[in-house]
Amino acid sequence: MPNCDPPHAEVLAVEGLAKSFRMHHLDQTLHAFEGISFRLLAGEFLLLRGPNGVGKSTLLRTLYRSYLPDVGQIWFNHASGRIDLARAADVDIALLRRREIGFVTQFLVARPRVAAQDIVAEPLRRAGMAGDAALAEAQRWLAAFGVKRDLWRAYPTSFSGGEQQKVNLARALIQPPRLLLLDEPTASLDVGARAALVARLAELKAAGVALIGVFHHPGDVAALIDRDLMLSEKKVFDVAV
Amino acid sequence: MSAMQRLAPVLMPGAPLLTLSGVSRRYGAVRALQDVALTVWPGEVLGIVGESGSGKSTLLRMLNLEDTPDAGDYRLALPESPGNLFALGRFARRQLCARAIGIVYQNPHLGLLMAHSSSGNVAERLLIAGERSFARLRARAREALEASEFPLSRLDDPPRDLSGGMQQRVQLAKAIALEPALLLLDEPTTGLDVSVQALVLDTLKRLQRDRRITMVIVSHDLGVIRTMADRVVVMRHGRVVEEGLVDQVFQDPQHPYTQELVHAKL
Repeated sequence: MPNCDPPHAEVLAVEGLAKSFRMHHLDQTLHAFEGISFRLLAGEFLLLRGPNGVGKSTLLRTLYRSYLPDVGQIWFNHASGRIDLARAADVDIALLRRREIGFVTQFLVARPRVAAQDIVAEPLRRAGMAGDAALAEAQRWLAAFGVKRDLWRAYPTSFSGGEQQKVNLARALIQPPRLLLLDEPTASLDVGARAALVARLAELKAAGVALIGVFHHPGDVAALIDRDLMLSEKKVFDVAV
Repeated sequence: MSAMQRLAPVLMPGAPLLTLSGVSRRYGAVRALQDVALTVWPGEVLGIVGESGSGKSTLLRMLNLEDTPDAGDYRLALPESPGNLFALGRFARRQLCARAIGIVYQNPHLGLLMAHSSSGNVAERLLIAGERSFARLRARAREALEASEFPLSRLDDPPRDLSGGMQQRVQLAKAIALEPALLLLDEPTTGLDVSVQALVLDTLKRLQRDRRITMVIVSHDLGVIRTMADRVVVMRHGRVVEEGLVDQVFQDPQHPYTQELVHAKL
């Protein structure tokens, strides 16, 4: 668990990371970013900056391995050693996602007939917490993000975007990961939920969670940011010969 | 630039449940499977996608030991560890399938006796495994049907009188009655109404979550695979052309065929 880490232990070391997308039907390659290197310590908050379309979200998704990098290393210090996320086996990535690497987007993957409180409790149950305790904790977080009690047992498939996002956040933040990736989590949040989110992020940071985020309005989290990484505009299309 | 080669797993405790390697099968001039390899870890859900004729259903039939390949090795990490399952004789195969593997077919006629009662269909599976007490047969069949969210008021109705969604629940109950190590699903929701499809998928998800059943699911429907699977294998012309985490294969497909498939469906 992250709070067992010595303070300022290195969580992530990214070296020479590049990502492009080969679009076979167009015979084109889209270069998203290249030469990305940075380090991240436990309890640090790194803000990704740069104009729209510069590859901030793409970088987050590459770190999470939703995208496969072209070259470079993503050294991640996990509970029992060091692993290169750029090349790790798919099942290892899946395991780390369950236990140590969280990702928050602005979209909830709602599932039919699963109640909001069960969606939120799921990560705790999967980690072995008893059903009742996990449910109580889930309800506490739904309340903290301002989801009305009447909705806890309802299916989020029918919720508004803002309410879905609260469920999404409660689920993503209920269990402290070692590394948390945030892709515009404040989009579509009301003031109360935004405050709850910022409070929770401060708590996670204090507990030693390393955070990397993309924010449309970084002002929301200004007090938490330690460093930023500026992504520069150099996106080019290659047409293969 | 193409993506980097991935390393062998180092964090997973234990061993894969299912290991398939070098599987090839020809039917006359048709090369249905060519050097196919799969690995599935305990508790994982592996999806197999591809167009009709890609070999995905043939592959599932191999996993259910309904057919033998021309070459290949298939192992399940079970306590009794019988080695290469393709080398087993007819009787040993039948025993192993009944005990360790459950299957749900797209076509319920393949998996069910349509004129027998629903509970009888499930009990038959238990009989094969040696259960003889009528009371226990009935209780276990009922339990499996309940876990599959089948309405207990219809226990005695034959599948031919049930809707498509209900028939799939009977197949599912039959498949899980013996708590198999491996559950195979061949287009389990294809042909059902969209709303019924969602309910059946939800039941499958529930079962997976509560019982940690290892599943291999074949579907041409990427939405089904995205809902159900952790990892996905993409097949074309009898070969695996790509495999990866579901979100990665669907968001950043590498192979030209996968790109076509993803862009056509989304």
